[in-house]
Amino acid sequence: MNVIWNSLGWFGEAGRWSGPDGIPTRLLEHLWYSLLAFGITVAIALPLGLVLGHLRRGRTAAVAGFLVMSSANAARALPTLGLLILAVIVTTAGDLVPILIPLVALAIPPVLVNTYAGVQQVDAGLRDAAEGMGMTGRQVLARVELPVALPLVLLGLRTALIQIISTATIAAYVGLGGLGRYIVDGYSRQDYDSMAGGAILVIALAIATQLVFAALYRAVVSPGVRPQAPRPRPERPGTKRRAPSAPPARKETLP
Amino acid sequence: MTALSAAAADGEPLVRWDWISRNLDGSIAEAFREHLVLSFTPVLLGLLIALPLGLACARWSRLYPVVLAATSVLYAVPAIGLFVIFVAFTQLTYTTVIVPLALYTLSVLVPSVVDGLRSVPDHVRQSAEAMGYRPLRRLLGVELPIALPVVMAGLRVATVANISLVSVGALIGIGGLGQLMVTGMKWPGGGFTTPIVVAIVLIILLALVADLLLLLVQRLLTPWARAGRGGGRAARRAAAAKGGGAA
Repeated sequence: MNVIWNSLGWFGEAGRWSGPDGIPTRLLEHLWYSLLAFGITVAIALPLGLVLGHLRRGRTAAVAGFLVMSSANAARALPTLGLLILAVIVTTAGDLVPILIPLVALAIPPVLVNTYAGVQQVDAGLRDAAEGMGMTGRQVLARVELPVALPLVLLGLRTALIQIISTATIAAYVGLGGLGRYIVDGYSRQDYDSMAGGAILVIALAIATQLVFAALYRAVVSPGVRPQAPRPRPERPGTKRRAPSAPPARKETLP
Repeated sequence: MTALSAAAADGEPLVRWDWISRNLDGSIAEAFREHLVLSFTPVLLGLLIALPLGLACARWSRLYPVVLAATSVLYAVPAIGLFVIFVAFTQLTYTTVIVPLALYTLSVLVPSVVDGLRSVPDHVRQSAEAMGYRPLRRLLGVELPIALPVVMAGLRVATVANISLVSVGALIGIGGLGQLMVTGMKWPGGGFTTPIVVAIVLIILLALVADLLLLLVQRLLTPWARAGRGGGRAARRAAAAKGGGAA
């Protein structure tokens, strides 16, 4: 513990808060790479997941569903560090593009799977009711399926962004800027304080991301579709069973 | 960077088989052995802690939100960050990688154990009680077997994630097969792809084999599930929906 405590002095060293290797610059770099990769991921995976989840009947839908589900397992098995190094050695493109490819590729499955599963699991009765009211397929997707699937969609987005933030840290090893520089450069200089400082910053960034998503959840998910914490017990006024500080949804807080 | 990028241009093959055959018994076997230790020890440790913790959470429902909040924050923390923090406590040893990965395993497994135990239908629990099952015997003989598919789904997720996460430890010098990736990156003259490809392929194969083995164990432990068609589908879907973890 003492070592960690001592390393906090790193934050107060001269020049730590300014210049190209200062914390603000590195943080902005990290955010920029992460949000860029996240934007590309969402642009690809979100519409794809929505459409695949919406088409739930027929052979193509079944095959697509199987592929989507397996992609999640496959992505978990892929070692990020290896992909990053391989991408940088093999490609001839500029500096950022080879790094963005693995970042995006690894973030697509969580968004895709959760969006797909969320839309696909929408109650068939609800869908039928929407169609019975005269909604077109597109309207059903936008006004019924998406709002109901939103908790899972947000879970997917959050998983993807956190995954991107941690992979971007590792990408410092292949030359990317950002907070990972403190860890990688600190390791090569045998400077533990710099490594610990970088680790603390990255951890703080990941936790902040999670808090942002928790706030987003409260803001955009309709209270009617939030899964309730203990399912079997009916809620009764006056019972103290549910702690008031309980997280809004069990699913949402799961990784 | 530009020097690295040029490597692909001069017709260097992605895999040099002669390098593999020369190092198969040496650095590859060594890295693979280290990888096995670093990825499976945390799974065992995590399981040993998650079972009692999950049972406690299922019993005292006040405890669960607190534990769940802690595990979900923990799961969001990047592995490299935790590794670096743990260097302060453990120096650079296997423990530096094993403890954080055990914590990840724990954060996946505790919700699985609780969800699994909650999936036991009330009438089943009552029947067991009516048949004279004492709490401990009911837990071991009725509740845990019913919870098993959900727990196993979590265990498979955690195992596969651990196997690929170990390689990140290479950034602090303890990475099993990740060490081969670093070797490839540091190769003089702009990097050498063979050890990297070997490491990636072995990690994927190891994850696949471990996943299949766990599936087999689950089938052997739940013979009744095979009687009904597609019994494991819900559990599989639930596992997939939990998504990828933090690297």
